[in-house]
Amino acid sequence: MSNTETFYQVMRRQGITRRSFMKYCSLTAAALGLGPAYALQIAHAMETKQRTPVIWLNGLECTCCSESFIRSAHPLVKDVVLSMISLDYNELLMASAGHQAQAALEASMENHWGQYILAVEGNPPLNEDGMFCISGGKPFVEKLKKSAEGAKAVIAWGSCASWGCVQAARPNPTQAVPIDKVITDKPVIKVPGCPPIAEVMTGVITYMLTFDRIPELDRQRRPKMFYSQRIHDKCYRRAHFDAGQFVERWDDDNARKGYCLYKVGCKGPTTYNACSTVRWNEGISFPIQSGHGCIGCSEDGFWDHGSFYDRLTNVNLFGIEKNADRVGMAAAGVVGTAIAAHAAVSAIKQTTQRKKKEAEQERNS
Amino acid sequence: MALEKNLTPEDSHERVRRQTAVYVYEAPVRLWHWITAFGVLTLVITGFLIGRPPPSVSGEAIDHYLMGYIRFAHFAAAYVVTLAFIGRIYWAFVGNHHSRELFLVPIHRKRWWGELWHEIRWYLFLERTPRKYIGHNPLGQLIMFGVFVVGMVFMIITGFALYSEGTGVGSWQDQLFGWVIPLFGQSQDVHTWHRLGMWFMVIFVLTHVYVAVREDIMSRQSMTSTMLSGWRLFKDDRPD
Ligand code: HEM
Ligand code: SF4
Repeated sequence: MSNTETFYQVMRRQGITRRSFMKYCSLTAAALGLGPAYALQIAHAMETKQRTPVIWLNGLECTCCSESFIRSAHPLVKDVVLSMISLDYNELLMASAGHQAQAALEASMENHWGQYILAVEGNPPLNEDGMFCISGGKPFVEKLKKSAEGAKAVIAWGSCASWGCVQAARPNPTQAVPIDKVITDKPVIKVPGCPPIAEVMTGVITYMLTFDRIPELDRQRRPKMFYSQRIHDKCYRRAHFDAGQFVERWDDDNARKGYCLYKVGCKGPTTYNACSTVRWNEGISFPIQSGHGCIGCSEDGFWDHGSFYDRLTNVNLFGIEKNADRVGMAAAGVVGTAIAAHAAVSAIKQTTQRKKKEAEQERNS
Repeated sequence: MALEKNLTPEDSHERVRRQTAVYVYEAPVRLWHWITAFGVLTLVITGFLIGRPPPSVSGEAIDHYLMGYIRFAHFAAAYVVTLAFIGRIYWAFVGNHHSRELFLVPIHRKRWWGELWHEIRWYLFLERTPRKYIGHNPLGQLIMFGVFVVGMVFMIITGFALYSEGTGVGSWQDQLFGWVIPLFGQSQDVHTWHRLGMWFMVIFVLTHVYVAVREDIMSRQSMTSTMLSGWRLFKDDRPD
């Protein structure tokens, strides 16, 4: 593909009208939480800038990130984003395979050294020298490191690349690690979720392409515009939470009434993601709307926190897996018993000493 | 510490311990104690209910605000207790020397260790007669610092970290305490530790109340009334 084409040219070539193009720009600006003026800036950038090469790697993962990405809701988005970026290497979507694919990767890295965005789906397992994930005949971790060297920025797609996800859940036999454990000298943008929301993914990419910089990140390196609030903060069932109206059991009347799912383990209060605002599948729904609590899939280690259906999740201390109340009540019980026993002995001591004193006094008098 | 600092070594034992009353806890310390006592009680009850809410209320959501009030009570008590705690730290600088006992454990003093050992033996029923103390006894002091002060600081830090999630990125709570969340892993972990901290405080309260009542009965000085009036009364005038 030629590198001199701008995004806009590509879009026009694909038969997208200018009107649709402008619509896309304003939608994107809105999705990114930017003011209307930015729509023009986005349009301008798209008209003048060259497409940015993106290399998309897949490590240990389930491909749900890719699946989500290609379902980006606004009909234009997937066309636009897929043509906007020059997706030079993506095992899922590219036509070539084997040596051809390998050659495409190498060519792209060579031609755009220092210029491309590395998007990583999945993560590298480090155990047994990385032999649990082989790609192109070599451990994935080597491919990852090599591609990261020439990258301008690195995007960690999904919970695998960001936190480790299911393959890194205890006891993590393959020693799968989040990619920022391996790529330490480049900015890594984390876009967690299992998978992340499609519009969030395209939003992050669009931002990076139009403004030529990485979006503002929070402490855990997630883009603030999509991850600065919890599901709970914008949940439409929140009124029931504040009122104290909960689904007590899955088959009760409260479940039918759409009450808050807190007591059946909804992790909305501790999960940072955009599901309750952006929603899924063209904004149709999201887990809570379809009656199931949030499982916290965009949070670090969400597999290792006990049941998805408990509000109080487990502590893993010294091999014990119990929730805080079990641990606390047991400890309070032990201390309480000790106090009772101590009090009993004290009472006996007090009485015997008093008796002795009285006897002494009697003897003296 | 068992001794008034300003007394000369020769006569100190005799004079101090013959007195029958010493002013120990100044008014701000007593006020702080009771504010904290009721505050922590509120925090434990409301905190417990935040994790395990009461049975659902019926009717329209707009007619109720039960969880809202429980959480509000928790946050209000949290601010009161935190401000009182800061005030208490301030008082340790300007108050009498007993006001510093809570924060400064004199582990560098040999005498303190001797008294600590005695106190442990007293609680294991190995000593027949307890000693007299004007402020905290060494064991009490150690627990006050190691359990209460450390526990409070932990609860305040984790509590404000959770609170910052509500006030949002960029709020002062977030700027001061937001770093706590990734430190523990994620928000849910902070919740769990905050809840474990509640049980830690519950255990402290159990022990604290038991020991205070027991000392009132069995030791040679007053306890509970001291926290009300400020005066430590001694039940006999034998020295030491
Ligand atoms: C002795 C002191 C305290 C005790 C015993 C206590 C206890 C608790 C407990 C048991 C919970 C429920 C945790 C869970 O199950 O998820 C909780 C939640 C919480 N506490 Fe505290 N807490 C204390 C101090 C504080 C302080 C100083 C703050 C600061 C503002 C604070 C803020 C919070 C917040 C924001 C929550 C989460 C509320 C929610 O999820 O809706 N707490 N507390
Ligand atoms: S359903 Fe979940 S996210 Fe929604 S209000 Fe209840 S606890 Fe919060």
